[in-house]
Amino acid sequence: MWFEHNILSILIWLPVLGAVAALLSKGDKAARLIASGFSIVNLLLCIPLYLAFDTSSFAMQFQENHLWISAYKIHYAIGVDGISLAMIMLTNFTGLLVILAGCQAIKVRVAQYMAAFLIMQGMMIGVFAATDAILFYVFWEGMLIPMYLSIGMWGSSNRNYAAVKFFLYTFLGSILMLVALLYLYIQTGSFDIQHFYSLHLSMHVQKLLFFAFLLAFAVKVPMWPVHTWLPDAHTEAPAGGSVVLAALMLKLGIYGFLRFSMPIVPEACEYMAWFMIVLSLIAIIYIGLVAIVQTDMKKLIAYSSISHMGFATLGCFMMYEIIRRMSSVPDAYMSLEGAVIQMISHAFGSGAMFLGVGILADRLASHSRQIKDYRGVAARMPIFAAFFMLFAMSNVGLPGTAGFVGEFMVIMSAFQAHFWIAMVAALTLILASAYTLWMYKRVFFGPIVSDEVAAMQDLNWLETTNYVLLAIGVFFLGLYPAPVLNLLHVTIGHILSLSMPA
Amino acid sequence: MYVEINLLSIAVVLFLLPLAGALIAGLFGKQIGRSATHWVAITLVGCSFLLSCYLFAAIVLLGHPPVEGVIYNWVTTGNYHFDVAILLDHLSVTMLFIVNFVSFMVHIYTVGYMADDPGYQRFFSYVSLFTFSMLILVLANNFLLLFFGWEGVGLVSYLLIGFWFKRDSAVDGGLKAFIANRIGDVGFVLAIAAVLTYFNSLDYHTVFNHVPAVLGQTIRILPHIHAHVITVICVLLFIGAMAKSAQIPLHVWLPESMEGPTPISALIHAATMVTAGIYMVARMSPLFEYSPAALSLVLILGATTCLFMGFLAVVQQDIKRVIAYSTISQLGYMAVALGASAYDVAIFHLMTHAFFKALLFLAAGSVIIALHHEQDMRKMGGLAPYMPITYLTFAIGALALAAIPPFAGFYSKDAIIEAVHLSTTPGAHYAYLCVLAGAFVTPLYIFRALFLTFHGKKRHEGAVNESPWVVLVPLIALAIPSIIAGGMLIGPMLFSTPHLLGDSIFVLPQHDVLTAWAVDYKGAQTMALDASHTLPFWLAVSGIAAAWIFNMARPEWSDMLKKRFSWFYEILIDKYGFDKFNQVVVVQGTRRLGEFFYKVCDLMMIDGIFVNGSGRFIRLFARVGRHLQTGYIYHYALAMLLGLAVLLGWFVLGF
Repeated sequence: MWFEHNILSILIWLPVLGAVAALLSKGDKAARLIASGFSIVNLLLCIPLYLAFDTSSFAMQFQENHLWISAYKIHYAIGVDGISLAMIMLTNFTGLLVILAGCQAIKVRVAQYMAAFLIMQGMMIGVFAATDAILFYVFWEGMLIPMYLSIGMWGSSNRNYAAVKFFLYTFLGSILMLVALLYLYIQTGSFDIQHFYSLHLSMHVQKLLFFAFLLAFAVKVPMWPVHTWLPDAHTEAPAGGSVVLAALMLKLGIYGFLRFSMPIVPEACEYMAWFMIVLSLIAIIYIGLVAIVQTDMKKLIAYSSISHMGFATLGCFMMYEIIRRMSSVPDAYMSLEGAVIQMISHAFGSGAMFLGVGILADRLASHSRQIKDYRGVAARMPIFAAFFMLFAMSNVGLPGTAGFVGEFMVIMSAFQAHFWIAMVAALTLILASAYTLWMYKRVFFGPIVSDEVAAMQDLNWLETTNYVLLAIGVFFLGLYPAPVLNLLHVTIGHILSLSMPA
Repeated sequence: MYVEINLLSIAVVLFLLPLAGALIAGLFGKQIGRSATHWVAITLVGCSFLLSCYLFAAIVLLGHPPVEGVIYNWVTTGNYHFDVAILLDHLSVTMLFIVNFVSFMVHIYTVGYMADDPGYQRFFSYVSLFTFSMLILVLANNFLLLFFGWEGVGLVSYLLIGFWFKRDSAVDGGLKAFIANRIGDVGFVLAIAAVLTYFNSLDYHTVFNHVPAVLGQTIRILPHIHAHVITVICVLLFIGAMAKSAQIPLHVWLPESMEGPTPISALIHAATMVTAGIYMVARMSPLFEYSPAALSLVLILGATTCLFMGFLAVVQQDIKRVIAYSTISQLGYMAVALGASAYDVAIFHLMTHAFFKALLFLAAGSVIIALHHEQDMRKMGGLAPYMPITYLTFAIGALALAAIPPFAGFYSKDAIIEAVHLSTTPGAHYAYLCVLAGAFVTPLYIFRALFLTFHGKKRHEGAVNESPWVVLVPLIALAIPSIIAGGMLIGPMLFSTPHLLGDSIFVLPQHDVLTAWAVDYKGAQTMALDASHTLPFWLAVSGIAAAWIFNMARPEWSDMLKKRFSWFYEILIDKYGFDKFNQVVVVQGTRRLGEFFYKVCDLMMIDGIFVNGSGRFIRLFARVGRHLQTGYIYHYALAMLLGLAVLLGWFVLGF
């Protein structure tokens, strides 16, 4: 097709164009329509992208390359491999959900809200598509601004604290990454990420680079102990912001590990593997326990996200231990692919649950997120309760839902790495069901708590549409993950070979 | 005559039918109305039952070789292929038959039992969904799909226990069931991971064929402690089975599950799901056979469960809880059979138990609806004349459970006792004592329930009527196999060559208790007639007699005993303190730990000291630094002069 050569650029800039159009539009209704239209088109554009993608090649595809700043040889260079393609499709899917949910929930400054999320979507696609380190960095930081604004403007009572905490945390993290990128530029004379892979750096340098990257990515994931921004950001953000945070932004950290840390400084990664494994296990157990005692639904889901992301980081860094113990490389596939699947599947379950909290809060005058303010919702909103049960089960990791696949693959791999890693990781089966279902019980079951809950209306058609889309995602990934994995195999294999210590 | 593909596609249709029923009832139940919903659900499960009869005939009766087939590839990663694939062999088709039969009966019964419940369609949807999950569990040819079914039945069990979700006790029961099962699942998942790590496959036959290669390998659990791989796998698997099949100490959820509607107590918490653990261990017999340690564990835990949970049934006042503790105790019997390497006997008891226990539950349910959801036996009594068919069928179930010949339970339970007697597994002596004592306790509690419910003075006020035919038909249909299934099947299941379960079960020659016993076995009739020469029979009879004495003839004696042995009675009422322990240590402990991590580590340390602390530090720094910028020119001029002086001084003196 005619647009195939520029399809990635279109995907990145079309939402930005949509944002401008939404801002210029007259009236809230027009802004909603324009934003929905642009995000639907963007999602549809993923179809030709997916169909034309060659799964048998690990090379970057749909490449575009233009010199941007000649003095520093910075290029506008974009392209996708299996992982970034999967993430771009996920971004567009989530983008549409968020816009649709926003059409309903947002009543003030609608055009600006739509614009902020469309720009965020564009920036996010840019991050996943960039093959030039500076371009990557620009998108990486660029996406912070609309996120910061969305928390600060449409957030709830304590939004200023949360927004500043979010911004400083993530910004301070990524500043060291910029230093690392500059160092790599001096070494290679180029900002092309591919060129970084062929560097042979001394262990000392590798360790320094590893920590520079680690700080940036660990904050994003977030890993224990740099996770405390997330619960605050989530609770204060509007529902759409929470969805984007959970479904997409956290994944950038894992993506960074896979794209930068592991292939560029493999020896350091191997050296630090146990450190990372322990941090991941702390995330799984400690954060799981913290999630149990939350009284705020959004905080609970936020902590549960951190715990789930622990599986993704565990899957990434366990590969070194697996290769060492099993002395076979194919065994490590499951670990890495499990991590990537966990990234994708988590988007559906937690995204849906955050939307659900938004749906509940919308129906209460106080917009409360406190568990105690709800009880017996199932009696009034049976359809919503059924959907939420499905997503809760995905969060619990029930087989047949999206949440199971990644968790299962990582636990299977963990046993190959070490008995006790698997043992500790598997405790999530208990913890996740405890915090998720205990919350579900207190919100949905039991006698109706107040007249306000008694007056709740079940899902309207727009909310139902959103949930049907998410339910399809949850079932598809849970029952038939093979196509998604098929997209990943070759790319994962390539990353694996790059990440092997020499 | 049979083409392979046909049997496989029949199996696929067989398990899709209940799924279709569940979807139709769940998604369109409100639109199509109540009667259409139950017609659709019952018809689809009925068809599924007919297909399972066909498969049973083809494979067990006509001897078609086992069939295996991949439906689709779920995940391929590295060298591993995880398929959704099914296996039709003697064991799986036997289980299909049991599951579908009981499920079909329960579907019909539900029409009567749930008649005026507002959640009628939802209930049908769940029960059909349960049937689907259970069929998947049984049909799986690999550990992964087994786990799919395993978790599926767990989910539906959770949903059904909490079916009346406005009642807190029901919802709590469901949550407890789910979490207890998840504790077991940790073991199960780790077992699967161990299997994958050491066998490089999750398919049963690949794994079983490679057992010899893995036999000598060990896993390092702690720096100086190594364990055999097979033992680790089997123990982990059994932890999974313990939760599902309610073995001590993971049994705590099953009594609470009685909060759910009675039809599902019969289907899920008596006949099918709770026996999944037993089925799983029997299915894994080629692994368990090579781990004497795991077999011993199964035997000892099973024996303990069987006796001590039986005691608890004696002191319950709620008719359903009596049967629930009885179920735990009977599952203990099955586990004992597994531990004694008598897997066929375990499945045999699983089958007879499915019939008579479902019958007991449904009969109890018939009483409960007749009394408008009264479950307390102290408010029943003297119901026999009002509900003759319910009474008769309950009595048949009780006789079968009490192991009175020639009822079904007699054969299967006697077989277990005999198998343990002959077993050489370490712990067999203890187990033998437990199952013998159990033979006395079982009739004691079930006849206590029978007498309190149906005999003596009528303590319920208001009219009592026999239940409608939709309730009675399943009772009668279950009463028949509760009478005859034992005598009919003991020969084919235990003593014919090949056994009814064929090659599905693997037993090492040195563990084979059935062959040793076969020498003495002279047919089902002789066994029943000779029962009077055996100890278990007299134990059973004295159990019934004791139940009569303490509840009917001399009720004051039971009060006397209660007073005389009040410490023991208190322990029983306290259920050995498991619930208290779980509440105080597990639940509160977890919550405290979570609070500690959240309030102290997250909020105080990380946020308080580091994050906001560095914020404060910067603010402090800024406040101090601000004094440097006063805005007064003479301050700056002074600073410039001083700076110049210092620099000049340094320049002059330094060089």
